[in-house]
Amino acid sequence: MARVSIRINGVLHEADVEPRLLLVHFIRDVAGLTGTNIGCDTSQCGACTVIMNGRAAKSCTFLAVQCDGAEILTIEGLAKDGQLHPIQQAFWEKHGLQCGYCTPGMIMTAYHFLQMNPNPTEEEIRHALEGNICRCTGYHNIVKAIQYAAELMRGGAPAPTPAD
Amino acid sequence: MVQAPERLIGAEVKRKEDPRLITGQGTYVDNLKFVGTAYLAILRSPYAHARIKRIDASRARVHPKVLAVFTGEDLRRDGIGSIPVGWLLPDIKLPPHYPLAVDKARYVGDGVAAVVAEDRYSAYDALSLIEVEYEPLPAVVDQEAATRPGAPQVHDEAPNNICFKFAMVAGDVNRALAEADGVVRQRIINHRTSGSSVEPRAAVALYQPATGELTLYNTNQNPHLIRLLLALTMNYPEHKIRVIAPDVGGGFGTKIYLYPDEVVACYAAMKLGRPVKWVETRSEYLRATVHGRDHITDFEVAYKRDGTITGLKVTTYANLGAYISPFAPLIPTFLYVPMLHGPYKLPNVSAEVYGVFTNTTPVDATRGAGRPEATYLLERMVDLVARELNMDPADVRRKNVLEPFENYQTPLAFVYDSGNYPATLNRALELVDYARLREEQRRLREQGRYIGIGLSTYVEVTGAAPSQVAVSLGAQAGLFESAIVRVHPTGKVTVFTGSHTHGQGHETTFAQAIADEFGISIDDVEVVHGDTDAIPFGLGTYGSRSTPVGLTAAYIAGQRIIEKATKIAAHLLEAAEADIVFEGGRFFVRGAPERAVTFQEVALEAYVPRKIPADLELGLEATAFFNPSNFVFPFGTHVAVVEVDPETGQVKLLRYLAVDDVGRVINPMVVDGQVHGGVVHGIGQALWEQVVYDEQGNLLTGTWLDYAMPKAPDLPSFQTDRLETPSPVNPLGVKGAGETGTIASTPAVVNAVLDALAPFGVKHIDMPLTPERVWRALQAARGQG
Amino acid sequence: MFPATFEYYAPTSLEEALNLLRQNPEAKVLAGGHSLIPAMKLRLATPPALVDLRRIPGLSGIRLEGDQLVIGAMTTYYDVQTSELVRQHVPVLAEATDVVGDLQVRNWGTVGGSLAHSDPAGDYPAIILALGAEVRARGPQGERTIPIDQFFVGMFTTALQPGEILTEVRIPVMGPGTGAAYVKFPHPASRYAVVGVCAVVGREDNICRQARIAVTGATLYATRATAAEQALQGQTLNADTIRAAAERAPEGLTITGDRVFASEEYRTHLVRVLTRRALMAAVEKIR
Repeated sequence: MARVSIRINGVLHEADVEPRLLLVHFIRDVAGLTGTNIGCDTSQCGACTVIMNGRAAKSCTFLAVQCDGAEILTIEGLAKDGQLHPIQQAFWEKHGLQCGYCTPGMIMTAYHFLQMNPNPTEEEIRHALEGNICRCTGYHNIVKAIQYAAELMRGGAPAPTPAD
Repeated sequence: MVQAPERLIGAEVKRKEDPRLITGQGTYVDNLKFVGTAYLAILRSPYAHARIKRIDASRARVHPKVLAVFTGEDLRRDGIGSIPVGWLLPDIKLPPHYPLAVDKARYVGDGVAAVVAEDRYSAYDALSLIEVEYEPLPAVVDQEAATRPGAPQVHDEAPNNICFKFAMVAGDVNRALAEADGVVRQRIINHRTSGSSVEPRAAVALYQPATGELTLYNTNQNPHLIRLLLALTMNYPEHKIRVIAPDVGGGFGTKIYLYPDEVVACYAAMKLGRPVKWVETRSEYLRATVHGRDHITDFEVAYKRDGTITGLKVTTYANLGAYISPFAPLIPTFLYVPMLHGPYKLPNVSAEVYGVFTNTTPVDATRGAGRPEATYLLERMVDLVARELNMDPADVRRKNVLEPFENYQTPLAFVYDSGNYPATLNRALELVDYARLREEQRRLREQGRYIGIGLSTYVEVTGAAPSQVAVSLGAQAGLFESAIVRVHPTGKVTVFTGSHTHGQGHETTFAQAIADEFGISIDDVEVVHGDTDAIPFGLGTYGSRSTPVGLTAAYIAGQRIIEKATKIAAHLLEAAEADIVFEGGRFFVRGAPERAVTFQEVALEAYVPRKIPADLELGLEATAFFNPSNFVFPFGTHVAVVEVDPETGQVKLLRYLAVDDVGRVINPMVVDGQVHGGVVHGIGQALWEQVVYDEQGNLLTGTWLDYAMPKAPDLPSFQTDRLETPSPVNPLGVKGAGETGTIASTPAVVNAVLDALAPFGVKHIDMPLTPERVWRALQAARGQG
Repeated sequence: MFPATFEYYAPTSLEEALNLLRQNPEAKVLAGGHSLIPAMKLRLATPPALVDLRRIPGLSGIRLEGDQLVIGAMTTYYDVQTSELVRQHVPVLAEATDVVGDLQVRNWGTVGGSLAHSDPAGDYPAIILALGAEVRARGPQGERTIPIDQFFVGMFTTALQPGEILTEVRIPVMGPGTGAAYVKFPHPASRYAVVGVCAVVGREDNICRQARIAVTGATLYATRATAAEQALQGQTLNADTIRAAAERAPEGLTITGDRVFASEEYRTHLVRVLTRRALMAAVEKIR
């Protein structure tokens, strides 16, 4: 067993874990944050994507012990003070999700991507989503949602939408 | 006064289910936590066909984290039976399907033993401690080869591996072939695919020994059906079982059935008295969750010189896999053969289908189920005829599509409810600017670039019903749908539906329709689904039936509410019931709109009676079981434009247009989403997706590293358009929209690729049109040229 | 989805790491983990111990030393992609990195991990091989420099000795008159290279003075297409000479196929086509 402490959405989670415990299982089973989903076992689907130390990461492809001391942002930490993040708002408004299972990973990937590229083309958005699989939307409305989110984030002041 | 809301039906309303899903608050099965949960893992056969000679679990049993190990014999000893088949055909062979294999394993992935441990990691560790002595047997994978003498036998009960034979005849095909100006013969393979929802299957079983209550949280599309099948398999009273399908991460047909793993989870929970969780890994999903399609078909088509298609003769070998999945017999029979008439006048059709056992994962419905296979055949047929006659494929379609109709009796049993096929065909050709596109194609060919334009004109059948017909044809359950509409004292409404949403958006679209019906705000309507203890007995979601059948049930319950509410309003307004008008959420006296009570005031009166007499039953709630008189038949025309790199065979999809008519539309945004996703499923099959076994039955596409689904960079954005021909079958005039895209897009893309290759003389390539297959076809054509 | 058990070490110095490898000869070195952890999840790899390099300072970063661009082994693809130095001195590397894996993999996968893994379908082995780099490694016997031509020796096998750790890769900066391109034909599911070809061309007076062509995906490990290189050497660079050279690209290569997506014959064809396309693009980029 190894002691790890990982800050997730601003909250420090400390636990003794087996070295083989995957980060995604730490997030889901130890920290109890089940918004981050698991869709495959070969690091293809991106459903488990979180932001680690500022960069999008497939949390199924890390051991929790590797991430000792890391800062992680998951889907649960995105809305602030009851206000949805513009990317969440855009996914809602543009029907960027159906079953919702790939959605947290899509949103977290977009979060990192839009920081690197605030004004992307459609082609750049599609390229950025290469590591995320969706079986419901055909990606059409996910692309539209990310374009819209980019607009919201650049323009700054769309009417905020309550988280619930 | 309550302001009457704007009309909601037809509006692009943002989804009510989204706030929880975009914030990570979804209730997917693996997210559920119960104190004391133990974890189940299944040991799966590495052989496609093997005798199980001995299972020694002693080393696994002494693992400190292992709670129990079970084998097929254990389950049988405790009275767990075979998983029932939900659709029977004449002379069908019904070999048993036990939740864990007994004596023999029949496909790679067949469950052989089960481990329950304190945690997931230990459960998987313990699998490798179970020693199984197998005697490998010869395996058969190809369904046509399986019927030949001397082929390995999957089940003793099914000689030559034939599970059933099914045939239908319309008109006189042999005469049509004899009198034709030309005949095209083609073998086509509609290969095996995986639904591959991003959420794999999962189950949590809980058992209360004191009450005998067994609760199963499970990734499924139809909790009552699962409960019924579970009761029959486990020989356990149905009313003591509760099945809950909470948020489900996509189904695409693969989550309709009761699977062995869920039965084992329930059994383990009962044996151990602890919550037992089972979550499938993706590698397991690809082995243990049903596959789709897998037809080998030979067809002959008769045509006249002017392009009129006069006859079609079809022989299909449908691969069923190693066991009969509950609805497998339905898919290549009633959902396939009657649809071989398609949107065409085509008077003479005969078809023979063999359902065949092989040593592969069971095959059942996945998105489209039978109709994609029929439409693919028909649309390839039309293009092959066009090629023979050197006619434009659009002209051959124009020549053969049915004229606009209502209630058209096809020669293959179905009565198409309503349709205007020339309208969607013409609209699609107009929107893509077909003539200009052809011109551009010619121009680019001169530059050595190969653009292809592919059309697909389809009709499909949704809204599965009517029940009596289905039962007479072999269904072991009715095909109605149910709903309870409950108006609360404050006028807020809960709709309990037997349908299930796992992405389709019922929580929104059903609320839109019911809010409109009552003239209230959509915020005042909540839709509850997926819990057998909450909803009326329902059949769930498959075959694009939720809107035409499930929503209609809710709408009819709503009408019953209005009827009762009108009685109450009459008392409140001291007017005759016949004089009461209900409009915009208000009941008023005809001719005196100021004498009114609101829907909410009536609701309160129903529970807190001040004026209504004692002989009027209290409460405001209604139940409806809608058993439609007919199926509903959406239709449309799709156009794909591709470019083929003749050097590598690589296909690039440049443009895609879908013109659909799914009857009246409740929420255009949601329908567009269904079309986008459906289209991409079909594109995936056309170009990339395929489940592949080697000759020994080893799965070569056992992870998502090998099973190739479309990703965002592979696709363009889509163009969608719709016409609305209401269905006469239900009061809302709606049809289903969940599968049209998948059914239409596969042949559109394949036709486009073959159109691009026309200058090389390539007429047909079997899917998926991988670069190598296209390249090989070009090599062969060049060799001949 | 559930790796088997192992011992985990996170040394804070290279010496400590080397000691751990000496004490645990079966241990695997963990860099970014984006090849190793997926293999461990499927239990295709079950190392008894992992030595994680992440906490060792000085193993990542990009710097210019004379006419070599030096990239630390723990440098991520992301760092390469966003590096001004790379863009300026070895632009092909920045461009080609954009098609490695996916966004998340590029964020965390490492240069050293990719090279030391020698995946038959990896992108970096071919790119770094074509660029004529050299690799530095530290082992029990101290530090040594391995020319990239001697580095890849088999599928998942390199010239690294047991107990040795790859510390950096040194890439010659691309001078005037040179151009390079990487062309990849990705697998639709895995996005690994079915075939990838990286070509580096040096030109003087329109004559090819030097060509290095490396192939991945089709071969068991990244391999140079020497027949094509030689065919081009000393030739005038035009579409015809490039086509003729590319035709010879498969000569001497051991090309293997798979049964699902791309056969040996088809990959052989792709090696020719992609070599031609990579050479054409490389010549186009000569500055």
